[in-house]
Amino acid sequence: MSSLEIRSLHVALASTPDKPIVKGLDLTIRSGEVHAIMGPNGTGKSTLSKAIAGHPDYVITSGDVLLDGKSILEMEPDERARAGLFLAFQYPSEIPGVSIANFLRAAVQARMAEGEELDATAYYKRLYSKMDLLKIDRKFTSRSVNEGFSGGEKKRCEILQMAMLEPKFSLMDETDSGLDIDALRIVAEGVNTLKGGELGVLLITHYQRLLNYIVPDFVHVMYDGRIVKSGDKSLALELEAKGYDWVKNELAAAAVA
Amino acid sequence: MKPPVDLDAPPAPDADTLAADPSVENPVAGIDQAVGDFQYDVKYEFDAGSGLNENVIRYISDVKKEADWILDFRLKAYQTFLDKPMPTHWATKDLENINFDKIRYYLAQGQKPKRTWEAQFDSEAAYSNVKDIVAKQGVIFCNSTEALREHPEIFRKWFGKVIPTGDNKFSALNSAVFSGGSFIYVPKGVKVAMPLQAYFRINAENFGQFERTLIIADEGAEVTYMEGCTAPKFSTSTLHSAVVELVALKGAKIQYITVQNWAPNVFNLVTKRAIAMEDAEVKWIDCNIGSRLTMKYPGVVLKGKRARGEVVSIALANDGQHQDTGAKMIHAADDTTSLIVSKSISVGQGRATYRGVVHIPKHLKGCKNNTECDALLINTNSRTDTYPAIVVRGDSHAVQHEASVSKVSEDMIFYMQQRGLTEAQAMSLAVNGFVNDLVRQFPMEYSVELKRLIDLEMEGSVG
Repeated sequence: MSSLEIRSLHVALASTPDKPIVKGLDLTIRSGEVHAIMGPNGTGKSTLSKAIAGHPDYVITSGDVLLDGKSILEMEPDERARAGLFLAFQYPSEIPGVSIANFLRAAVQARMAEGEELDATAYYKRLYSKMDLLKIDRKFTSRSVNEGFSGGEKKRCEILQMAMLEPKFSLMDETDSGLDIDALRIVAEGVNTLKGGELGVLLITHYQRLLNYIVPDFVHVMYDGRIVKSGDKSLALELEAKGYDWVKNELAAAAVA
Repeated sequence: MKPPVDLDAPPAPDADTLAADPSVENPVAGIDQAVGDFQYDVKYEFDAGSGLNENVIRYISDVKKEADWILDFRLKAYQTFLDKPMPTHWATKDLENINFDKIRYYLAQGQKPKRTWEAQFDSEAAYSNVKDIVAKQGVIFCNSTEALREHPEIFRKWFGKVIPTGDNKFSALNSAVFSGGSFIYVPKGVKVAMPLQAYFRINAENFGQFERTLIIADEGAEVTYMEGCTAPKFSTSTLHSAVVELVALKGAKIQYITVQNWAPNVFNLVTKRAIAMEDAEVKWIDCNIGSRLTMKYPGVVLKGKRARGEVVSIALANDGQHQDTGAKMIHAADDTTSLIVSKSISVGQGRATYRGVVHIPKHLKGCKNNTECDALLINTNSRTDTYPAIVVRGDSHAVQHEASVSKVSEDMIFYMQQRGLTEAQAMSLAVNGFVNDLVRQFPMEYSVELKRLIDLEMEGSVG
């Protein structure tokens, strides 16, 4: 059983460290759990996921992030990744000339001890079994990573990487953005195939619709850099019906009281 | 870049001199350790000292027991070298930092070769194992010193004809002091199945390497030649100034592959040109890694109808390095075709320059050229320039030029790091991806070697 603990986290852009974006966020995710963070645009949802992954544009001004009880803040982004953190990007980068198969191979190799050689046959066997599981065509992995991909293909590429790298925790940043309903269903199926068991998921989304396909155990509402409301999956439906203004008004009322 | 290793083969009895540590049976093994940064402890029997004057040239010619015409050729070339100015009106001023008085122009060890693969450590190279195999097909493969002695009639016919002494200051210098390099003659209709290989290495401080290579593929013949170059890092700069001439007679095919990995204080100023007769094909594949300054523009003179020339060039300019590379395609007959594909990578303060010349005169018909230059920048301080000079006259030609500049962004590196690759691994993968479509054209062992060299370069470029 693994845990990812976010403790009183404050995050700002490295270029403007005195303007906090995430302002004291607490959240603990355990293996097998699916947490959804919802909230209006500009509340710091994407900042949260990038800061946890170690993006150089962001600086953590206070608080801590612990993976299995150990702080990851001093670790390089690649060390965090190898320790079991996966970020499914909202806008994944293109890597021209590098096939998905070779990219994943390098990523798998990077997780092996020094001097240990990757067994190519075993690697491809595992890759193909994951592709079968996610119903991905064999030709897909000979294409350059994300180059000329449709929105749906990019997200499937992210899911395939997640399946191959078997992280402890996956931070999924707006995985539903830019997807039509068919692509959304396919991606959701992929996540559902992988979730449960050991994988813990933090699902960041603006809309409730993704949660029709990936059912969360916990729903958190993020507003102005903090989690202001938590509940089970019914909270998402309530938000859908009442809109984010409902949360804002409730907060304002609480402030007055 | 590993030459074939066959330790059981007998040593060549005929190479005139060779510099090598006899205790190292396969020095190539050492190249895998770092960026070639090691030196063999060698005692040199022949040493022309530092600096250049007529006596040095006479000394070289004397040690090599050359015919009078060669000495005359050298002395005339020396005069041309003195007369020619540095090409600093168009090229970098860094050329002025070469101190010709400090360079040692000839070093050789008067010993029989102990190794069985083709290598040139200093002024001379050994050719032994492969040459015996291809000799059965009538192919001559030896070093140029030996070729001048044993095959003067073929050598002299083409020597200095593709690249005249006065082509540029450095071709003149090479013509004055050349030693070693390869000579290959492939008879009519003979297709050499195995690639012929040579390996050049600067092994002594201040030593200038001036090899001279001449390859002649007779009518319908086919040959692939591969060369690898390295030098350890000395505290003072070193000069490598080769001249390579290729002659592809009617219907012949020559492919010439270079993977060089010079230390960052080597001036690498090389003149490479081919002449392609009717229906002949010449392809240069040129990978330039390392050196302080490389200036190299492999060319093809398309002399016969339907001749075809191709240059595929990869240059990696790391911090403090300048890769000034490109290609020259001189169309001189109808229906000739040329293709130039150049990819350069600039890292840190590294600078990459592409210079290309495509010349198609008015009286010709049906000529085609396609030029593609792509530059990749890693980090904002690096610089890339493209100077294409395309002169096309006449109205029945097809010419295409495409250029692109792309960047390895911080987001791309972060994306790869997020998958577990270190920063160096991520940069290396981005660079390998950029050159991937070209590397696929290489023989397997060279593409593996190039990938490894890129890995080493990128490792060194991350703090």
